[in-house]
Amino acid sequence: MSVYKEFLLLKRDMGGVVTLFLMPLVLIITVTLIQDSTYKKGEQVKIPILLVDYDNGKVSKTLFDNLKKSDVFSVVTAFNNKKITEAEAKEAVFSGKYQMAIIIPSHLSRDLQAKIDQNVQKIVSSLGFSDSMATKSVAKIVNQKEVKLYFDPAVQLSFRSGVMNAIDKMISQIETKSIYTSFQDELGGENAQFEQKSFITFKEIIPKINDKEILPNSVQHNVPAWTLFAVFFIVIPLSINMVKEKTQGTFVRLRTNPVSNRIVLAGKTVMYLIICLIQFYMMIAVAIFLFPHLGLPPLNVEGNLILMSIVALFSGLAAIGFGILLGTIAKTQEQSAPFGATSVIILAAIGGVWVPVFAMPKVMQVIAQSSPMNWGLEAFYDVLLRNGSLLDLLPELFLLFLFFIVTTSLALLYDKKKRAV
Amino acid sequence: MKPIIEISHLSKLYNDAEMYSLNDFSMDISEGDIFGLLGPNGAGKTTLISILCGLVKPTSGSFTIDGLNYAANANEIKNRMGVVPQEYALYPTLTARENLMYFGSMYGLKGAVLKEKVIDSLDLLGLLKFADKRIETFSGGMKRRVNLIAGILHNPKVLFLDEPTVGVDVHSKNVIIDYLKELNKKGTTIIYTSHHLSEAQDFCTHIAIVDRGIIYSQGTPKDLIAATGNARNLEDVFISLTGKELRDAI
Repeated sequence: MSVYKEFLLLKRDMGGVVTLFLMPLVLIITVTLIQDSTYKKGEQVKIPILLVDYDNGKVSKTLFDNLKKSDVFSVVTAFNNKKITEAEAKEAVFSGKYQMAIIIPSHLSRDLQAKIDQNVQKIVSSLGFSDSMATKSVAKIVNQKEVKLYFDPAVQLSFRSGVMNAIDKMISQIETKSIYTSFQDELGGENAQFEQKSFITFKEIIPKINDKEILPNSVQHNVPAWTLFAVFFIVIPLSINMVKEKTQGTFVRLRTNPVSNRIVLAGKTVMYLIICLIQFYMMIAVAIFLFPHLGLPPLNVEGNLILMSIVALFSGLAAIGFGILLGTIAKTQEQSAPFGATSVIILAAIGGVWVPVFAMPKVMQVIAQSSPMNWGLEAFYDVLLRNGSLLDLLPELFLLFLFFIVTTSLALLYDKKKRAV
Repeated sequence: MKPIIEISHLSKLYNDAEMYSLNDFSMDISEGDIFGLLGPNGAGKTTLISILCGLVKPTSGSFTIDGLNYAANANEIKNRMGVVPQEYALYPTLTARENLMYFGSMYGLKGAVLKEKVIDSLDLLGLLKFADKRIETFSGGMKRRVNLIAGILHNPKVLFLDEPTVGVDVHSKNVIIDYLKELNKKGTTIIYTSHHLSEAQDFCTHIAIVDRGIIYSQGTPKDLIAATGNARNLEDVFISLTGKELRDAI
């Protein structure tokens, strides 16, 4: 009867129910669409960057070609068919119109080659080979060159370091190539042909399910993360439901009848767990059937739906436990709603929904282990990305269930201590 | 008549309060009584009822209801008593029938018996044709009547009523009072608080006038009036015992 009462209460608040089911869907579609570009290869959306070329040499051309070939950037070298100056680039970036500019200094290619030639010549001479270069050119001082990078102050640190690493790598490759070429020239091209391809290459080994590689994509990462986020938002309507009972006076009736508080809470748990699972299946259905129509990869749940449902069930229990505790302690909706919303966002943040746990500072990584959203997320990733079995999920499922038991017990104890005669 | 409620040296001091809401309060209520608990605001009436209903923990003292105490028999006591709080303790978005079916089920009533009881009670209090309307659409008087039914569906031996007629029109008030009298005739002991002294004078068989957590006087309405010089009615007794000063408190 308690479950039916909760069902009726929800049914009569259709606006609330629609919000409860619709908003998570809007959230998951929006976030996945936005984050999709991070995982896509052969990207359509590219970040425009400014390239100011005072060098007009081999280095700047190679840099330009490499940037142009990249999936991430589109290179802008002129405004209104007029070559961009450093001052213009600086102004455009610092005002936020562009996210970054690269300034290649004049004579970079010439000076780089000169520096390399000098170094190679020294080595070759010390080894007793021909010193024709020395006769060709007079050794002169070559000053160190500086490639300037301007970043929009709003650009995140991770983006900056990523770009700086990429440019550093490109320039290193150019330098290496130039060194090899210089040696070849010095030693006589026909006698010394250097293999200039990288000796060490990388191969990513990707986990497989049924002999099919599980390629990470935005959907595989976002759907579990934001599904969990939505599931935990059940804390707000549940705690409001309990606070309303106090303010309406129905709480007095519930306390003065012979049915124990445990039964009343069990009724709420069952009803809200059903809602969590409906939310979960709706989001999974959207990710499987709607995403392909939005240009997103579909969620691959092949053979995993049962395990995913188990994770959703236990995550739902953890969220409900938290909601019950909050609803028991809070006296007004003004207390429960903002606290519930904020704490869910904090749990999501420390749980790794936005920033992966491995990218967090050490202290936060430790704290992250205490977020039920982290346990749920890891369990989902175990299923979807690491080919985990039920056995692999047990530690996370145990923690989620323990969280439910602890929070619900605290709520019952608090209630008993506060009110019992 | 044997006492159905025995209260012995009951005291309650709320956190942060300077004065006791109940101060060494002792009293018996006999089975079959309609017992009026009267007093100005802050007298300790609601505290006493809240303690007897198991909602508030007393600081000291003890009490029994129908010979049972809470420590050992909480559920049994709850089964034997009904509570009608001052607030409309109903779910506004549920219909009258849905509310009553739910609260009835909390007392172990179910199936056809529960359905029949709900229908009969709604009919007796003139609400049957509104059974499937949501509580939020009801007037104050209608809500009061549903509120009353929710507390008596399980035929309690003891019924606690906190201001059951506050804010209702004369018609609803009469229906409620008549219904309660019928209930009392069938054996339910009623403990009732009210600020309507004329209503209490007509309705109650026994009255206790309490103030500042202690009993000032108790007896039948007739005895109380007779014992107070120049008193024509219960209001005179009340003023004579509790004074005329305002009792606003935060």
